[in-house]
Amino acid sequence: MTDVFNAIILLSNFVIVPGLTYGSQLALGALGITLVYGILRFANFAHGDLMAFGTMVAVLITWWLQSMGVSFGPLPTALLALPVAIAVTIAMALFTDKAVYKFYRKKRSAPAVFVIASIGVMFVLNGIVRFIIGPNDQRFSDGERFIIKARAFKQITGLNEGLAIKVSQGLTIGITFLLVGAPFWFLQRTRTGKAMRAYSDNEDLALLSGIDPERVVMVTWIIAAALATIAGTLYGLDKSFKPFTYFQLLLPLFAAAIVGGIGNPLGAILGGFVVAFSEVGITYAYKKFLGYLVPESWEPDGLLQFLSTDYKFAVSFIILVLVLLIRPTGILKGRVI
Amino acid sequence: MSNAQRSALAFAIMAGLLMVVGFSQSWPLMLTILNLCLISSLMALGVNIQWGYAGLFNVGTMGFAALGGVAAVLVSKGPVPEAWAAGGWNLFMAALLFVLTGAAAIVAYRPIPKGPLRVLALSGIIIIGIFAIRYFSDPAIADIEAVNPTVTGYLGGLGLPILFSWAAGGLFAAGAAWIIGKITLGLRSDYLAIATLGISEIIIALLKNEDWLTRGVKNVAGLPRPVPFEVDLQKSEKFIGWTEWLNSNALEGLTASERGDLLSALVIQHSGIFVKLGYAGLFTVVLVAVLSLSVMALNSPWGRMMRAIRDNEVSAAAMGKDVTGRRLQVFIIGSAVVGIAGAMLTTLDGQLTPGSYNPLRFTFLIWVMVIVGGSGNNLGSVLGGFLIWFIWIEAEPVGVWLIDFATGWMDETSPIRIHLMGSAQHMRLFMMGLVLLLVMRFNPGGILPEVTKARTQKEIDRD
Repeated sequence: MTDVFNAIILLSNFVIVPGLTYGSQLALGALGITLVYGILRFANFAHGDLMAFGTMVAVLITWWLQSMGVSFGPLPTALLALPVAIAVTIAMALFTDKAVYKFYRKKRSAPAVFVIASIGVMFVLNGIVRFIIGPNDQRFSDGERFIIKARAFKQITGLNEGLAIKVSQGLTIGITFLLVGAPFWFLQRTRTGKAMRAYSDNEDLALLSGIDPERVVMVTWIIAAALATIAGTLYGLDKSFKPFTYFQLLLPLFAAAIVGGIGNPLGAILGGFVVAFSEVGITYAYKKFLGYLVPESWEPDGLLQFLSTDYKFAVSFIILVLVLLIRPTGILKGRVI
Repeated sequence: MSNAQRSALAFAIMAGLLMVVGFSQSWPLMLTILNLCLISSLMALGVNIQWGYAGLFNVGTMGFAALGGVAAVLVSKGPVPEAWAAGGWNLFMAALLFVLTGAAAIVAYRPIPKGPLRVLALSGIIIIGIFAIRYFSDPAIADIEAVNPTVTGYLGGLGLPILFSWAAGGLFAAGAAWIIGKITLGLRSDYLAIATLGISEIIIALLKNEDWLTRGVKNVAGLPRPVPFEVDLQKSEKFIGWTEWLNSNALEGLTASERGDLLSALVIQHSGIFVKLGYAGLFTVVLVAVLSLSVMALNSPWGRMMRAIRDNEVSAAAMGKDVTGRRLQVFIIGSAVVGIAGAMLTTLDGQLTPGSYNPLRFTFLIWVMVIVGGSGNNLGSVLGGFLIWFIWIEAEPVGVWLIDFATGWMDETSPIRIHLMGSAQHMRLFMMGLVLLLVMRFNPGGILPEVTKARTQKEIDRD
């Protein structure tokens, strides 16, 4: 029986906890992409860099707070910096909308034009972030590192396998669970949320009903930018902040949004976890895990790894391409593509 | 201004900019920029064929360029017989099983009716196939990579002259484009973009990790060159004599030792320039050939058909045009051009470094070239390739100069000044984005907009 527990703990430590953490970060980012797609009707290539921008602001404020001697006890100081970072990122998102996208919205340009414009925004944001903070890895986490350490866990339970949960992991999962409800409550219950859904379903009808499109668009950017900042900061606390990594997150984010069904907020969350668990699960070596469960003589020779860890990042692209080909509407029905 | 005048003026300004670099910085630097301008223009032409002619939103340029690079390695590098001996047989079996799995899946697809049974049968075939392939490929790869891993550790190539690889790069990219196009061209524009972006990342991931084929991140260096090496030129009597003749004025009336010193310095300088000019000549031949073919194609009935499909798919289909087939065709042609350019780039670098492929540089920058130059206009893409690459390179010195100027009042050791000077090189990304957004907003047709018989320059100016 202990073997079964050992197996479960082993899997939790290396697959379930990292998968939940990464999945939460992707879910928050993908929610932003899916909302922008639903309301503004284009795939926003600048979203990864918007995340990087928000995180950069959070990092800078955190450094400033740290230099002032402010700390948040066992929790990372970055949480204190988050509200300001969100406000600055929202301002940035609204500014890009005013300066760039609004013009094409008035002209009713084709989606491809929006996408190319978002590539321009992507370059600009990428340049700003690298210009201000540089292209290198930045660490900004402080406070306690672990909620529970592997050794302590072993001592308490007496099992062979330890379970280590970092504060950043616990925070990510906790904040995500607290936050994901908010967009749904907003979309289902508030007047503005209902206006947004109406606008997403049928633009002309919504306009006829007297819904102000600019207001809908503004609220969309506010939510997307806030979620992007939170997701980016949590990702940075969990790993580290490097502008290029955030740019590369774009594809897993698209994968999450499309797998779940683009334009569908619930789908974005589901998609985030599907992508994260596939990335972690497919590249994990199950040899030791099976070792606990099957008799010794059955134990396999190989590592029982579907793909080498080098392909971790490629897994999300493969899922993305497969979903686009087999079921382009995603798992939960999103927009018909 | 007529379209021809406009193009001539734009290219004259571009040539002037390059001349400024030649006079103010150095001629070897100017030739380095020129060579990459030529390659960039070719890539931009490839993207223009897809986007400008047919409206295909392909954001996978990086993958096709990388496939061209692979072709350069596989064609020009000598084979590694030990690696073939160690893993050749197992690799052959793996390849055979790969083909058999594919064939079995295709055979099983039609007779089984659509539904869970088909999904089950197909996934069964594929999973069994994967295990069978890996039974042979895992030891094969381990054996091949174990052969002298610091130098080879891969299968090597054919050992042919590297110029063949330019054609091979085109063929590789065309083959990949056929497969990718077959599966993705049904998607709506921005989904095609996301899918091709993903596929290009998959290609790079393969290149980085399949060491038996491309040595992965260990890189393949020392590729053969289509032009002589500088060291060989410096030893060649003929080249020294030629340098002497070219500089006879400067060498006149010097003492023997001064003359010798100056001559050897001149020979070293000239050999570098000679090699770069050699590359520039080869690239120009390819660029001019592809450009004239593109111009002819765009003005032919085929080009009119492509534009008709782009502008109104439904009516083109109603006229009996094979929309899907033509799209696949143009996707393959455009990708092949990018593949040729990719092989040329790897030839110029003399090495394949899979880690250096980055979508900002190899995909999005090319897109900026096409949009800024003028999508749908072949000359525009070439101009865009030249101009954007020029800005990309020169943004750094100009950025440093600007920041130096702006922060001149600060103390030399001021941390802000030091940080800004260090970050000046990142201004190029910002400038690229700004150029793209400004051109899109205020001159959406690009510098040299598309001109057709139905849409004359006058109308474009009026819009």
